[in-house]
Amino acid sequence: MSDFEPKIITFLCNWCSYGAADLAGVSRFQYPPNMRVIRVPCSGRISPKLILAALRKGADGVWVSGCHPGDCHYLTGNYYARRKFALLKNLLEHTGVEPGRLHFSWISSAEGVKFADVANSVIAEIKALGPAQNYAREPFEEITAGFGMQDGCACAGRH
Amino acid sequence: MSKQTTGAVLIAGGGIGGIQAALDLANSGYYVYMIEKNASIGGVMSQLDKTFPTNDCSMCIMSPKLVEVGRHINIRLITLAEIKEVRGELGNFEVDVFRKARYVDMDKCIACGACTEKCPKKVVDAYNQGLVKRKAVYVQYPQAVPLKYVIDAEHCIKLTKGKCGNCEKTCPAGAINYDDQDQNVTLKVGAVILAPGFSPYNPAGKLIYSYDNNPDVVTSLEYERLLSASGPNQGHLVRPSDHAEPKRIAWLQCVGSRDTNTCDNAHCSSVCCMYAIKQAIITKEHDPGVDCTIFYMDMRTHGKGFENCYNEAREKYGIRFVRCKVHSVFPMAGGEKGQVLDYMDEHTGKWTRTTFDIVVLSVGMEIGPQVRELAQKLGVGLTDSGFCRTAAFDPVSTSRPGIYVCGAFQGPKDIPQTVVEAGAAAMRAGIALAGGRHTLTRAMSPPPERNIYGERPRIGVFVCHCGINISGVIDVPAVRDYAAGLPFVEYAADNMYSCSQDTQDNITKLIHEKNLNRIVVAACTPRTHDPLFQETLLNAGLNKYLFEMVNIRNHGSWVHKEYPQAATEKAKDLVRMAVAKVAQFQALEEARLEIDQNALVIGGGLSGMAAALALADQGYPVQLLEREAHLGGQANRLYKIAGGESVQDGLDSMRIAVANHPNIRTLLNAQLTHVDGFVGNFDSTVAHDGGTETIRHGVAVIATGARESRPTEYGYGGDARIVTALELDERMRQPDPALQQVNTAVFIQCVGSREPQRPYCSRICCTHSVSAALHLKELNPAMNVFVLYRDIRTYGEREKLYKTAREKGVIFIRFGLDDKPRVQVKDGRLEVEVRDHVLQRPVFLEADLLTLAAAVVPYKDEQLARFFKVPMNADGFFAEAHVKLAPSNFATDGVFLCGLAHYPKPMDESIAQAQAAASGATRLLSQKTIRTSGTVAYSSPMDCSSCGVCTAVCPYNAPFMRTDGPFKGKADINPVLCKGCGACVASCRSGALCLKGFEESQLMAMIECA
Repeated sequence: MSDFEPKIITFLCNWCSYGAADLAGVSRFQYPPNMRVIRVPCSGRISPKLILAALRKGADGVWVSGCHPGDCHYLTGNYYARRKFALLKNLLEHTGVEPGRLHFSWISSAEGVKFADVANSVIAEIKALGPAQNYAREPFEEITAGFGMQDGCACAGRH
Repeated sequence: MSKQTTGAVLIAGGGIGGIQAALDLANSGYYVYMIEKNASIGGVMSQLDKTFPTNDCSMCIMSPKLVEVGRHINIRLITLAEIKEVRGELGNFEVDVFRKARYVDMDKCIACGACTEKCPKKVVDAYNQGLVKRKAVYVQYPQAVPLKYVIDAEHCIKLTKGKCGNCEKTCPAGAINYDDQDQNVTLKVGAVILAPGFSPYNPAGKLIYSYDNNPDVVTSLEYERLLSASGPNQGHLVRPSDHAEPKRIAWLQCVGSRDTNTCDNAHCSSVCCMYAIKQAIITKEHDPGVDCTIFYMDMRTHGKGFENCYNEAREKYGIRFVRCKVHSVFPMAGGEKGQVLDYMDEHTGKWTRTTFDIVVLSVGMEIGPQVRELAQKLGVGLTDSGFCRTAAFDPVSTSRPGIYVCGAFQGPKDIPQTVVEAGAAAMRAGIALAGGRHTLTRAMSPPPERNIYGERPRIGVFVCHCGINISGVIDVPAVRDYAAGLPFVEYAADNMYSCSQDTQDNITKLIHEKNLNRIVVAACTPRTHDPLFQETLLNAGLNKYLFEMVNIRNHGSWVHKEYPQAATEKAKDLVRMAVAKVAQFQALEEARLEIDQNALVIGGGLSGMAAALALADQGYPVQLLEREAHLGGQANRLYKIAGGESVQDGLDSMRIAVANHPNIRTLLNAQLTHVDGFVGNFDSTVAHDGGTETIRHGVAVIATGARESRPTEYGYGGDARIVTALELDERMRQPDPALQQVNTAVFIQCVGSREPQRPYCSRICCTHSVSAALHLKELNPAMNVFVLYRDIRTYGEREKLYKTAREKGVIFIRFGLDDKPRVQVKDGRLEVEVRDHVLQRPVFLEADLLTLAAAVVPYKDEQLARFFKVPMNADGFFAEAHVKLAPSNFATDGVFLCGLAHYPKPMDESIAQAQAAASGATRLLSQKTIRTSGTVAYSSPMDCSSCGVCTAVCPYNAPFMRTDGPFKGKADINPVLCKGCGACVASCRSGALCLKGFEESQLMAMIECA
């Protein structure tokens, strides 16, 4: 498994954790390139559907990060995110998804070090679990080959 | 107001102060000429690596402002220029400006850098503090505005000897012009703002520092460049002489500050303690193994968040702080590397010798001879230290009417205080020229928006090299080529600097040429650069929401140095995701919003009155709320300002001005009971005089102040001789004849400040106690006056008071947090015991008067915070939008902040901040209409199950249930209240809610393509 490089869909809220990732960059704190960041206005925007979709589409792990309790730019969005996430994680565990594939964290925009630290540990943990097996994994090449014809991308054709 | 006033302002200096003043003025109806002596704007802030106390990247937070100035339709940048003469008077000045030849045609230069590459002449690079060489044809720094090259006429071989001509031959644009001439231009303006900045103290020639010819002794600004990722070593910290990794670094504080022996700078430079801490922390972050030691006299961490930073530096980073003014730096004997420092170790009382790899001289600020000359030419008065003379109640006006000042020229200060003063200076100029507002400005007229509805996506992808920032790790051409093959991508290119003005112009051109209808830029972070590219889309006639940014620098090259290949693959993935998302974008509409022209100022203290006057003087109606029965707040209890001006005289004239102002309505005993609405249209309900009324206003200024804490120690409350600072002021104000009879007066500092339960410094108490001590000495020169302190923080020119106090015989005794003074009343005698730091023995003082410098504490008005949806920090002060660059704004649009409610500060700083808050408010008011964001939620009532979760989840009350029409009972969203967080969308059970710009299908497309 040592060659295995997981792909981790990472949802970062715009105001805190995305800023922390920016700061990690400015400070040159290093971590491996396994994450695919999707910027959202607030962790409260993340519905369980998005996390499930990430797993279904072949992600080996999902990491959601928002503002610290009390720091949410939208006051309470991160609390809603946490509740949704806690429930979903429980449920997925029940269905056999290893708990280590799902991560949730609070990182403020001033915590560049913490961002890199958490990134490193999330990557290491998912790497150790190996490729995700619980969901049908569509080979990556197929997705790219069929780019534009798949569900998500096909909408583009309608415009 | 005379109708002839010229609606233009000249700003001398393009540093952060000048930039802020220019943007405030240009966005509120005045035309701005910005004169900069260098080839590009940015000033010292552009040279900094990071900024304290948050360690934000200096260039990152500044560059959007640089670009905004460079692109602003109502700002004309004149670089390589200086003021020769100012004729005329307030309202109508004629300014003669001398502009040096650039020898590069700014209209033709494409900033490709080919000239620099071929230039054979190497010159000392002043931007990098002389640590490296640049060429004779150059650009100051990569993000420079304007990003146009310039020939250094002093060193260019062609211009000095008539030979070479390489650059002319290489320039693909034909921009080189050796025949360019110096020019004199005369500008007509109504007011002038001086923002020339400071000169760092130059330690050259002072043998004690061993600075000359020793590369391992550097000034703090040189060290800043050494740390900077854009500096000579790409941020890799090395000992300059041999590029070895340093093990020990020392900072020497107060080099060229608080020093009348080596130099003539009696003032404290205010910023060096914090920047030394910042540099030490960054050093530790580079390499935790480096031993960092800061040698200081007093740690002056008196600003918001500073004390926390100081505590973290000690406790978390293990930075060593040694209280000792080191006399000399000696190089090691026999050619060995290292600098020897001898210092007194306070704890052992012994001389100690340590060798350091690098010694950083924390050099102070001074005003250079050119600026002093300019001031003299302009008839602007200076202080003894050479800073601009101003008055506490009018902190940004110089002695010549119509000429204003901001930044370090007004006195040594940090960036936020400079930004505050810049706002204040803009405000003062704006008031003076109110009759000329909108007379010389031009309106932005972006071309009409092209309707792309129904068009097939034609995506343009631009991949940025960011110099070598991205392309040093990621294979940019490979990403570009990959992008070109993605569905709907019509055009893909790579740029050296995507943020440069010429790239923007080029993108505009390509949008037209290739008929692009959606744009993806893979570069740095959207958090700083989204607005820039969005404006480019607007200028090209595209809806600005048809844009997506991919962060391949901060989230890519910078953090994956070890994995160039994988980082390139990641960049491709991210571009693919963005292309998939942007393909689904539709044009979004922004709601237009009328700005009600009334202002509400909450708090009738000094700051509130100053803000009200600043707005009212410009013609905006102001409602001024005060919870007490009278105006003035804490200032009512104060005696004198540090400089000696009477507080009550100044306060009285403000109260009269407020009372007589036709545009100000004052509501006393007033309480805010409810706030509805949002920027431009607030409805605030106020209870006063037994009734309530609702006030409609477009902007709000929060100036609710703070109060003196009631001490819980040192016997306070048990003896009439023990008073707080404000109580002492009241006695001085009466005046109380008993004060003259006092034999021994003692002050204890930091009462309730800088303690574990209240970690911040209250900023004003040191200066206040020192001033009060001086006043007591005036009343009775024979009086024994003791000040018991932890660090004396008489920052800036207030240092002179400290010096005078010592000269007059005031005795200062230092104590530590673990060994605080003890106060007891024994047989009617008030006895203060303190351990003397020099004698290392307890000293007993029998006091007739004990003044406790009690902390300034916030009201923690959580209701007010909720009303306007504004945050507070852990200490209970309101949290501004940005610590450095938006100190008087809230993140909530239309709400501004000033005075003690923000942080403890002296009166001059409070007034400046009030004027800055008013300046921010004026930017909105003067526009009359603004647009709100397009990325808001919307509902599809057909899908709504009327469960009501959205209304419960939203903290802004944006979702509501329709009460009539065909979809009665179904949810809908008020786009003006919606902040675009998407919490309702993620919580909607029936999928009836969507968030524009972050639609389910768009996020799914990204996941699909990840």
